[in-house]
Amino acid sequence: MFDFKNKLFRYFLQAVNYSIFMWLIWFLSTSPSYRQLADDEAVLTISFAHAGEIREPCHKRTQKELMKLSPNMRAPMDCTRERSPIIIEVLLDGAPMYTHTAEAPGLFKDSGVDIYHSVKVSAGRHNLAIKMDDSVLKEGFNHSFNQDIDINPAQILLIGFEFGQGFVIK
Amino acid sequence: MRENPVLINPIKRAYLALESWFNMSFGTEWNPMYHLGTLTFFLFWIILVTGLYLFGIFHGSIDGAYDSVEYITHEQWYIAGVMRSLHRYASDAAIITILLHLFKEFAAGRYHGFRWFSWVSGLPILWLVVTLGITGYWLVWDELAQYVAIGSARLLDSLPIFSSSMTSNFLQGQMTDRFFILIEFLHLLGQPLILFFLLWLHVKRLSNVDINPPRGLAIGTLLALLVLSFIKPAVSHGPADLSSMPTVLQLDWFYLNAYPLMDYWSEGKTWILATLITVILMLLPWIPPKKDGPAAVVDLAHCNGCELCFDDCPFEAISVQARTDGAKYEKEVVVDPALCASCGICMGSCPSSNPFRQANEELKTGIDLPDLPVDKVRTMTKEAVLAMTGSANILMVGCDHGFNVNQLDNNETKGVKLRCSGMIPPTLVEYALKNGADGVMVVGCRHNDCFYRFGNLWVEKRFSGERKPILRGRADRRRIKVFGGAETDKTSIEKELKVFRNELLVINEQIAPSDQVDGKELSDV
Repeated sequence: MFDFKNKLFRYFLQAVNYSIFMWLIWFLSTSPSYRQLADDEAVLTISFAHAGEIREPCHKRTQKELMKLSPNMRAPMDCTRERSPIIIEVLLDGAPMYTHTAEAPGLFKDSGVDIYHSVKVSAGRHNLAIKMDDSVLKEGFNHSFNQDIDINPAQILLIGFEFGQGFVIK
Repeated sequence: MRENPVLINPIKRAYLALESWFNMSFGTEWNPMYHLGTLTFFLFWIILVTGLYLFGIFHGSIDGAYDSVEYITHEQWYIAGVMRSLHRYASDAAIITILLHLFKEFAAGRYHGFRWFSWVSGLPILWLVVTLGITGYWLVWDELAQYVAIGSARLLDSLPIFSSSMTSNFLQGQMTDRFFILIEFLHLLGQPLILFFLLWLHVKRLSNVDINPPRGLAIGTLLALLVLSFIKPAVSHGPADLSSMPTVLQLDWFYLNAYPLMDYWSEGKTWILATLITVILMLLPWIPPKKDGPAAVVDLAHCNGCELCFDDCPFEAISVQARTDGAKYEKEVVVDPALCASCGICMGSCPSSNPFRQANEELKTGIDLPDLPVDKVRTMTKEAVLAMTGSANILMVGCDHGFNVNQLDNNETKGVKLRCSGMIPPTLVEYALKNGADGVMVVGCRHNDCFYRFGNLWVEKRFSGERKPILRGRADRRRIKVFGGAETDKTSIEKELKVFRNELLVINEQIAPSDQVDGKELSDV
């Protein structure tokens, strides 16, 4: 039978304990490895900031209306602050990939909207179609994008929206 | 009622088994289970010192961070590389010690009642340490940092707090040094300062707080981490590239386990799980509601303001103030009921808790427990001693949280259970011996593992004369034994009891019958 009071044996047990402690850190600090993307996968990201159109058309003030205002408030145009929501639909190879309606943030719903959506897709050639409606004053989607895209494995393909240019591949 | 060992909480049983294993390996003085808090402090010191060194070489910008870490790792591997590995592995070790500390306190039931404050204040420390590790991984700005940064931003974006998308900061061409510097500031200053404050808060209600582990344990831990740093140096992934996504990552599962969960589940569900775990842990001290006994009460008529109870209280519940009753003494003690654990250690330290006083009337002392006063303890002791009829009668004095001494009751062994072994005034042992006990065996919690922190330690020191009130010189030390034991230690306690009884039989034989104490006669003392 072991003599547990034996000093050498106690040191041996301590070495065992420290080894377990080291092994635990050794292993869990890097293992098991985590695969977040298959070898033939890539990422398609749609990200942009955009403010919707003003919800109601501006009204040109009449002379009579202007005179009712104090001199420093006599702006010729009267515009509401609230902006239209952004409605976006994304189709990949004809199949719906992302549909989202974003109300303008802010107390008066007058701020710009941040759109961010990221999905894993198989690498290779795809057809990407994006439609966006940013005005309640216009019927239907007033911005669109339809293009064949090539994505390499592990690539993050970023689609943005630039004022005046519409949707662009970055 | 006798306690059935089989019915002991299986979690506590697992903890006690682990504790026994470490006692066997390290002894009770170096047992890491008794120093988890101080070990965590020690690991924080390693992290701080190595972190300060690394900060001197690290370049805090998107373009410079990765290259500077590569320099640290490969060019100056013999110092900076080791520092980096130590920094990482000590951080991992801190998660181990914190989780073990949490497990230990839970398994031993040390989170209810008066301990709610330490329990609740400890949980934010765990979360803060995790976020500190996350921002640390961020600073390397490699593929893992990219994964952590985007994952963290996704987590924050899923909360209805921010009006703009944080994740869009990590798109190709969007990342700026400004954001990087913010993370650097958080990791180097903001989070450590909050951690320091939380640590102070965590131990605020404790007295005699020790923040240093035993030297041997500290050296062993440092050596283990150092060896690990040499045989498996911490390295980076490839540099972060926001135009591509890393496919395989070597995650540090101590800190980054929530991210894969978020990938497979969702950000919302991950938040719900984390919140649920936190809320349940936070509410544990009140599930089920458990009431502590009434707080200790000071009786100024028997208190001379000696401050021994103030020195012994493990929970800062006793304070000293100027005398208010006009007595000739300078000071008096006051108990804060909100902090009092009702452990009774103060009663054991009060010199007035002398059972030889007021022999024929109710025994009063300077500070007492209303539901287990010193007078009742004296009566229980006397009844137990007089009930024994063997040739070597042993009075076992136990506590509510260690081994149940009443399990061994027979005609030559009787147990008296107190709230804590620290409740025993040394004179009570003399009183038991004078009343006919051949020996007194104090069986509190395991050595260094008192439920009330210091009860068994104070008893040992009182008996050895290192701490007031001391056991008087005339008390026969051969007839007194202190042996700590948990609920599962029945076999070893029985063995110790047998050895003690045999020693007492030898002592009794050496003493002439006429010299022996007549229990009946002395019971009138």
